[in-house]
Amino acid sequence: MGLEAYVVVATILFGLGIACLITRRNVIYVLMGIEMILNSANINFVAFNRFNGDGMDGRMFAIFVIILAAAEAAVALGIVLNVFQLFGTVKPSDVDLLRE
Amino acid sequence: MDLRKQQITFYTVMLLGTLAAMGWGLKTAGAPGAMFGLFAAFTLGGGLMCIWERSVVRSAFSLMATFCGVAGLFLLLGHDFLAMAQILIYVGGILVLILFGVMLTPPDLNERQLPRVGLGVLLVVGTLAFVGAKVAAVVNWAQAEALPPVETRADEIGAAFLRADGYVIAFELAAVLLTVALVAAVYIARRKPSDMIDLTDEGGY
Repeated sequence: MGLEAYVVVATILFGLGIACLITRRNVIYVLMGIEMILNSANINFVAFNRFNGDGMDGRMFAIFVIILAAAEAAVALGIVLNVFQLFGTVKPSDVDLLRE
Repeated sequence: MDLRKQQITFYTVMLLGTLAAMGWGLKTAGAPGAMFGLFAAFTLGGGLMCIWERSVVRSAFSLMATFCGVAGLFLLLGHDFLAMAQILIYVGGILVLILFGVMLTPPDLNERQLPRVGLGVLLVVGTLAFVGAKVAAVVNWAQAEALPPVETRADEIGAAFLRADGYVIAFELAAVLLTVALVAAVYIARRKPSDMIDLTDEGGY
């Protein structure tokens, strides 16, 4: 498999993540879309690292992306919990306290 | 009945797509190509299923296919440590966290609107195809045949983390960030004392 196959897979996964973000009306789906986008970035990092010689920068980037994704998921879930306690809903369009 | 037909059609198309991807990989690159096709189909099929399914629980579990497929792609690229980390952290950690979030959401089966979903997927895929065609016209891709077999070892990664000319600053920053983020997550997600049920009224335990 050439590099382009991995890049194509990563691009389509990125597109699916964006589509998941913008089409579903639920905070949980937004989180899932973000995870998909981060995964597609990871595929790109690792694939370019593999096809671009002997460095290990891409691998390290991927590890840090995984670390950040874990931290982000924990904080995001805490925020979702609080939003649900405050508003009683998980639809992003219903959280409009500042508009009033 | 209509829904049932929709589901059957969707999953038949997914199965056929997986088989087609594996056949295409087998034809172009032999056994590794077939595995690439399988993992790619897992990755993309999981993502598609996540958008398609009406129930949040099914979407969350379909994400497991995506994460496992990405781990398989890492394995094919020769980075076994990353594949293990991917499975441990994503499938074992983040997915469980998302499932906790699922418990919050009331089952709203009418939230998915097919025209909206179809239009979103079409728009995004169209945009990416346009940009991708522009990029592909000017790029020379490296080919796998020219590459030496990669040999990665986990202790290399560990040493690179702590070498002074390596990634030690990023490593320490990541450690601080993880600590801060997890403490903050616990802080904002905990119940306030005023929310607790006062057990002393009932005579305690």
